[in-house]
Amino acid sequence: MKLSEIKEILNADVIVGEDKLDIEVKTAFGADLMSDVLAFAKAGSLLLTGLTNTQVVRIANVLDIAAIILVRGKKPPVETISMARNLQIPILTTKYILFETAGRLYSKGIVGCLEKVEPGSE
Amino acid sequence: MKLREVKEILDADVIVGKDKLDIEVSTAFGADLMSDVLAFAKAGSLLLTGLTNAQVVQTAATRHIAAIILVRGKEPSTEAIDMAKELQIPILATKYILFETAGILYSKGIVGCLKKVGNDSFHK
Amino acid sequence: MNPAVNKSEDTLNKYSFNIEGGNFNDAGTVSTRIKSILKQKGLPNDVVRKSAIVCYEAEINIVSYARKGTVNLTITAETVEIEVIDEGPGIPDIEQAMEQGYSTANQQIREMGFGAGMGLHNINSYSDKFDITSEVNKGTFLKMIINNPQSTKDL
Repeated sequence: MKLSEIKEILNADVIVGEDKLDIEVKTAFGADLMSDVLAFAKAGSLLLTGLTNTQVVRIANVLDIAAIILVRGKKPPVETISMARNLQIPILTTKYILFETAGRLYSKGIVGCLEKVEPGSE
Repeated sequence: MKLREVKEILDADVIVGKDKLDIEVSTAFGADLMSDVLAFAKAGSLLLTGLTNAQVVQTAATRHIAAIILVRGKEPSTEAIDMAKELQIPILATKYILFETAGILYSKGIVGCLKKVGNDSFHK
Repeated sequence: MNPAVNKSEDTLNKYSFNIEGGNFNDAGTVSTRIKSILKQKGLPNDVVRKSAIVCYEAEINIVSYARKGTVNLTITAETVEIEVIDEGPGIPDIEQAMEQGYSTANQQIREMGFGAGMGLHNINSYSDKFDITSEVNKGTFLKMIINNPQSTKDL
């Protein structure tokens, strides 16, 4: 699914990455815990989170996350926006809560970047 | 939907509250930030989270959460289990990640305890 | 391959980075650097990813708890070795600190999305070999080794 469709489904605002809405994504990971993002989020996935600090962008960069979706109406601070611009990582914001965001994307065919956490799934 | 069905759908283990599987739930909230749970989670909802400490149980009690669903294969701390028993809040644990857990429940009819966060969503 | 690079020169594959305690703005920059160095050297994605993850967690620990720290990266044909040395409060009970969910993080750290007691656990599970020693009121020493299954000969 193109990022532009995700924007539509989530009624999202594009904060960074207007020029990157043609990116294709198939998978997602949602968490507000950075360690869990580091441990489980996969390259090319969407990262759904309620965290807005610069760490989110830096971790997304390290993990080659396709785009950050900020949920629950969160607004990124300016430092986060400028870092995302520099690193060319799209940031979209949606007012939907994480549960609804995940539910809506899932029902349109986006799946988890992994299904379950099994011992040794790293 | 009964908590029993939620357990089945998520292939979950019941850590606390085996006697409470007949509770009816229709809404959910997912977050790992306790401040957001406090701000937005609604009474009677499922709380989907990756946090495992006693604070989660305390927060769930404050918001009158129906049951806690620990995602990503997390196991609750003993303090969390003790507190959940004391406060009679069921804890279920699933290996599904939060995204999958939410997606699966959503596709079975569970909806967000609120849809969108707007200016009027705060309890305060 | 750059012919000017003397591959036998071991120091070419050693790097050192300093980290300042309390500076959350810079947390993760060493991990970012290490990722790009390893990528540039053509190491497999999985090795790059594991190295970046363990380094990131170690950085967060330094920024969260220590006064300062150093990260030493050594790349060989078979492994990526990351040493993390900090000056700080140390860890009184390592076994407890390794437990999933155990954390002494304050509210500020937690609200940033860290401090959920997964850091050392992640480091342990993403390293092929992990050593940790600590002295209270002195500091903590971590050594993580990530194996390179493809054994990159030309670094």
